Amino acid sequence: MGSEALIVFFLAGVILVAGANFISNLISHKSDNPQKREPYESGMPTIGPTWVQFKVGFYLFAILFLIFDVEIAFLVPWAVVYQEVGTVALVEIIIFLFILGLGLAYAWKKGALKWK
Amino acid sequence: METATINNNFKSEEYFINMGPQHPATHGVLRLLLTIDGEIIKKVEPDLGYIHRSIEKMCERDSYQQIVHLTDRMDYLSSHINNEAVCLAVENALELEVPERVKVIRTIIDELTRISSHTLWWGVMGMDVGALTSYFYGFRDREMINDIFEETCGARLTMNYNIPGGLMQDIHPNFVKRVKEFIAHFKTKLPEYDKLLTGNIIFQKRTKGVGVLSKEDAIAYGASGPVARGSGYSCDVRKHHPYSALDKVSFNEALHTEGDSYARYLVRIQEMWESVSIIEQLIDNIPEGDFKVATNAVIKLPKGEYYQKVETARGELGVYIISTGGKNPHRMKFRSPGLSNLSLLNHITVGGKIGDLVATMATIDIVVPDIDR
Amino acid sequence: MYSSLIITNNIHSWVLSLMPAAVTGITEMMMIAMIYLTVFAVLGLFLVLMERKVAAWFQLRIGPNRVGFFGMFQTIADALKLLSKELTGTDKADKFLYNLAPYFLIISSLMALAVFPFSENLQAFDINIGIFFLIAISSIGVIGVLLGGWSSNNKFALIGAMRSGVQTISYELSVGLSLLTMILLTGSLQLSEIIEVQKSGWLIVQGHIPAVIAFMIYMISGTAETNRAPFDMVEAESELGAGFHTEYSGMKFAYFFLAEFINMFIIAAIGTTVFFGGWLSPFGITESIPWLGVFWFLLKAFALVFLMMWFRWTFPRLRVDQLLTLEWKYLLPINLFNIVLMAIIVWLNFTIQF
Repeated sequence: MGSEALIVFFLAGVILVAGANFISNLISHKSDNPQKREPYESGMPTIGPTWVQFKVGFYLFAILFLIFDVEIAFLVPWAVVYQEVGTVALVEIIIFLFILGLGLAYAWKKGALKWK
Repeated sequence: METATINNNFKSEEYFINMGPQHPATHGVLRLLLTIDGEIIKKVEPDLGYIHRSIEKMCERDSYQQIVHLTDRMDYLSSHINNEAVCLAVENALELEVPERVKVIRTIIDELTRISSHTLWWGVMGMDVGALTSYFYGFRDREMINDIFEETCGARLTMNYNIPGGLMQDIHPNFVKRVKEFIAHFKTKLPEYDKLLTGNIIFQKRTKGVGVLSKEDAIAYGASGPVARGSGYSCDVRKHHPYSALDKVSFNEALHTEGDSYARYLVRIQEMWESVSIIEQLIDNIPEGDFKVATNAVIKLPKGEYYQKVETARGELGVYIISTGGKNPHRMKFRSPGLSNLSLLNHITVGGKIGDLVATMATIDIVVPDIDR
Repeated sequence: MYSSLIITNNIHSWVLSLMPAAVTGITEMMMIAMIYLTVFAVLGLFLVLMERKVAAWFQLRIGPNRVGFFGMFQTIADALKLLSKELTGTDKADKFLYNLAPYFLIISSLMALAVFPFSENLQAFDINIGIFFLIAISSIGVIGVLLGGWSSNNKFALIGAMRSGVQTISYELSVGLSLLTMILLTGSLQLSEIIEVQKSGWLIVQGHIPAVIAFMIYMISGTAETNRAPFDMVEAESELGAGFHTEYSGMKFAYFFLAEFINMFIIAAIGTTVFFGGWLSPFGITESIPWLGVFWFLLKAFALVFLMMWFRWTFPRLRVDQLLTLEWKYLLPINLFNIVLMAIIVWLNFTIQF
């Protein structure tokens, strides 16, 4: 079908969500009042600011994810041509994964993998 | 009504969450104010009083037979044992000797109530840590007990079967047969409980080492029941101050020393086994006799102070009566097990994570009406 | 997608007779998109009902059985109910992001659903980087979750969204790596080629030991990636509110709900395609009837979905830090080791082929 299928499916998704929102707006019954517009916290009013700061631990995991995702992106072409290339590919991947494993071990040792 | 003291000097990463009266994990209408830093809990403050019904004040204007009705609603999962506490206090004050039959039946129904409360606890514990199916299994077994109670006592939960002097009515002819069927059925189900939760590695990782309570702290905070026995403090009232037919049966007290949530869990499972054994010892030889002793229509306790303690499923319940000779008590106070157990919560959860808080609260097993009365 | 099935040839010639050739392409694409939307909706309906019935079966009770025979129309009734609920929002919520979040999830699920081969030649979008495309699309769903939590102006939702985001991205690594382990056997990322290779034995059999390990890692990571139990701490009802979709009500909540089930199906479908032979019948029994492939594909996919539901109703939840430890300290090293193992086995030609 070619890559125009992507655009068609994208539009189909947008139509689905927008359409359902529209229908819901039409047939739902509206009774808005100020109490309904407050954020939910087990029935009591909130105390303190709501937009709290992100913890640093999330950034650490995100960076680690980035590194390993790039590694996966490098592994994909290797996996596809592995059977044709033969022994060289095997040796090469052992070296590659060993270096990456060292990186993971370093992060582990330094405590970056602890969720504080 | 702002009863919470908000720390105005908490650092900028800490924030303040209200695990409020409407919450599925707090086993009743309990409000917990949590100060959290990321995932670590810094402070837990329970806020009580949402279900206060002035039971103790109402006792001052009711007669002793009417007071028994009120105690059902305190810890509704061990309602029979609560009733028995008041009846025993009154009978000891009047120096009434109840027939053997009454004592044995009271103990059997006590232990059935304890099993019923613990199966509900087990179901809810599984649900709190995430194994949603255990809830249904616990309730399935509890239904059988409720049916037995309905046939004999007339109600499933707030049984009100005891009166000062004995029982309200004799047991139903089917009672013995049904209890035996239940025991046979339940003994095949307890190993199932073990397979589903106790042996599960995820469950063990959620509860081992979580909410550790040392024995000295348990004694200092006045903990009782399975909470204290999980830390190695031997405090079972049934062993140390036996009442009703408990001196005629032999059973072991469930004790574990680690003090973490897993130990408390194991204590309750073992208590279920012990209750089954007590019922088995008693069910075949219920002595014949009267089911009550006659008392005056209007009971007046002689002047003085009387105390009676019993072991409910939550811990030690104490009934303290001050009587000035009239037909209502001058003051009646209930020493509730839940209140002392809840006071530990801040101590054992600080420094842990939010997920641990839920698991710990499930093993402390409070029933909030018991605390608020 | 110009399939060899007679029915699509007939439709193709009928449309061609109605309008010029240039427009035919677009019309056909729109028809296919409509069909897929219907498949999407029906699948969602069916999966929700299956979940409720399976849950009831595990909990010793009967599930929905009032609306329609066996409760078949229960989800339609639920969908109608959700459509007619009021669309509330909070005062200080960021309106644009709040409304944008469901789009990401639904669009990524729909696009992922487009590449699966339901039978021989019955595939909407046979892209030559199939598996890689799927991994990439599933990453877009994370954005929807984070936006939803952040824009709700609710502490609970925010915590839930952050935790869910970290969980999903961590487990995506394991999903990608375990799928890569199987690509070593096939030598191609295109989904229809992967199934071609499996005509001489399903990949899980061809790769024996490393394939079984890869499958187990894949099931664990797949369940974790879609935030299903036992990894659903972020939306645990007994914890803080309902996670990142606390402030969404009515139809908007339905999008998150639907997307979760469709994602579960997508994980199961990828699993059947890569590990269990997709639409191929076991031992080639019904090879002569190609359209029966749809039946085999759905059967295998629903078996894996049942497995995921079984996990949910049996195991307790893992705490967030235990979850992340599981991934980074256990699954990832095992995965890396497994790739090397599979590479050695392929190099030595020890694979089992029929």
